[in-house]
Amino acid sequence: MTNLAIDVTGLSKSFGTSKVVDSLDLQVAEGEICGFLGANGSGKTTTIRLLSGLLKPDAGRGQCIGYDILKQTDQIRREIGYMTQKFSYYEDLTVYENLYLVAGIYEIGQPQAAIAKVVSDLGLAPYVKKLAGTLSGGWKQRLALAACVLHRPKLLLLDEPTAGVDVKARREFWDLLHDMAADGITVLVSTHYMDEAARCKRIVYLANGHIVVQGDPVSLAAGSGLITFEIKTANIDALAHEARQRVGIEAAAVFGPLLHVTGSKRDILEASLHELAPEGWQEVEPTLEDVFIHLLATGGSG
Amino acid sequence: MTGFARRLWALLRKEWIQMWGDPLTLRLILALPLLQLVLYGFAINTNPKNLPTGIIAAGYSKYERDLVAALQNTGYFNVRTLHSEQEGEQGLVEGKLLFVINIPADFDRSVDRGDVPSVLMDADATDPSAVGNAMSALGSLTSTLNRDLPPTVQTQIRSPPFQFVIHARYNPEQLTVLNVLPGLICLVLIFSTLFLTTLSIAKERERGTMENLLATPVRPVELMIAKIVPYVFIGYLQVVLILVVSTLLFALPMRGSLLLLMLALGLFIISNLALGLTFSSVATNQMQAQQMAQFTLMPSFILSGFFFPFSGMPQWAQWVGELLPTTHIIRVVRGILLKGSSFDQIVNDLWPIALFALGAIIVSVTFYRETLD
Repeated sequence: MTNLAIDVTGLSKSFGTSKVVDSLDLQVAEGEICGFLGANGSGKTTTIRLLSGLLKPDAGRGQCIGYDILKQTDQIRREIGYMTQKFSYYEDLTVYENLYLVAGIYEIGQPQAAIAKVVSDLGLAPYVKKLAGTLSGGWKQRLALAACVLHRPKLLLLDEPTAGVDVKARREFWDLLHDMAADGITVLVSTHYMDEAARCKRIVYLANGHIVVQGDPVSLAAGSGLITFEIKTANIDALAHEARQRVGIEAAAVFGPLLHVTGSKRDILEASLHELAPEGWQEVEPTLEDVFIHLLATGGSG
Repeated sequence: MTGFARRLWALLRKEWIQMWGDPLTLRLILALPLLQLVLYGFAINTNPKNLPTGIIAAGYSKYERDLVAALQNTGYFNVRTLHSEQEGEQGLVEGKLLFVINIPADFDRSVDRGDVPSVLMDADATDPSAVGNAMSALGSLTSTLNRDLPPTVQTQIRSPPFQFVIHARYNPEQLTVLNVLPGLICLVLIFSTLFLTTLSIAKERERGTMENLLATPVRPVELMIAKIVPYVFIGYLQVVLILVVSTLLFALPMRGSLLLLMLALGLFIISNLALGLTFSSVATNQMQAQQMAQFTLMPSFILSGFFFPFSGMPQWAQWVGELLPTTHIIRVVRGILLKGSSFDQIVNDLWPIALFALGAIIVSVTFYRETLD
């Protein structure tokens, strides 16, 4: 059995009367890239904050990189890298000055050498003297990642690190995550992007503060037990709208000129399609996106 | 509705919602004018009465009684008897007495002889506006003895039976600027220490950089010290600047120890920084933090004896004023600069500042949130 970087059980957290994280059990193996998915408000950010020691859980116990999440938050803080959803470095400092600050906070022995390495690994060299506030979204995220990994953490907790970043920058960012995972760093990363989810070793899908499904992306799509049909039509938006009203069609998603309708019961699904699209349809393998749209549409109860 | 009105209405609605959405700010918005009203309306008195006055008299003779009664009747002097000149001197330096009146021995006989004796009055002229009216009221008092004078003298006199000789101490030329400068040093320090620390931590919270810091090994005490040190430095820099410029431009005297002044100001700076940390720990955004700082600034200006004479305020306002570090530090700085006060003479104003600082530190540490809860 591989070692677990994260192993928590029964994690719960409420704000006022709303239970944001509800008896959550999570295991992440060392060196794994674990994708955290779920609708907004499903508890992803709160779970990450609980793991990083930023919030105290109401209930639950467990360990994070070998330290007790309740008692050893100081050690956890030293050995994890946490990246907030919102850019949270100093915009009035240069890239280098921000990194130098982080080096000091983590008591890095030879800050210049460590910064030089991370700057070259992440391709930040042309920007070191620029003010962080003047960087584009993609490069800000790159700086934040550099700051997170400068002290060579064992675990990265990344909260929607690529939100609002263009496709090319996102792809490069994920290449870097894979490089780091190859070096043995565990990554827990929340995302809303399917292409990113597909690049995770394992996906954990959250709804209402607990895990609904988890597994590797391929078997998750294949093993969902869902049936997906593809319809080609000219009047796609009207059709999608109508499809969502029909019994048996649990999710409908537009992919360019194609409409995917998904359901879990073949006979009802086909009956609805006969009325909806008499000109024909064809069955396809459900993609990861179909699965998640189905999860989102059914509120994770399916 | 025209486009202008529609858009304006939409914007006004948004401002309205935002304003009511922040109850703390709203409460401060309502409390500030009330505070100002009370302070300006009741506490400020530019013609202070009942000023603490000490009288030194060899014996308690008839004329002396007349004189004391007349002094009381002006309303300006609250007279008590002193036992020695030293007691009077001490009272003046510590600011407990604003006037010391010394009636010469055999005052009655000199008057009766028509010698026109001098009654010596030492006045603390540090704040000219506090003692000015009282001093001008003395002019009319020389006739108070007339009723009791023996007939021989009454018929002879062309000049008053005695005269006041006034010593305007510490600020002999009664320059307002010498009173204002020490107070200004203190208020500038409030701005640079209280305001800037308060805003600086609130800014970290608002921008989200605090969340990042909390997830690192940074300890609260490290963050607090790092927030404080630059402003201590800035504060001292400002003090030096004001002192140098005041000395050159306004001939501000430096009669006491510079080291003592710096140490006392250090204590004051600490008390402000601790208060600033408290505010920023309690406030959730920069706006609230700023409002709270303003809320303390107002009484610090008005009740501290900076703008308006402390002795002229009603008793309750003086009690409130005594709670403020600014009140004490202004006395200390005026004392050291203008009166040459020593440590012993200012210690009574130092410990309240220290106590305040300690209280503020305890509150700020209690309220500091190490997690985002």
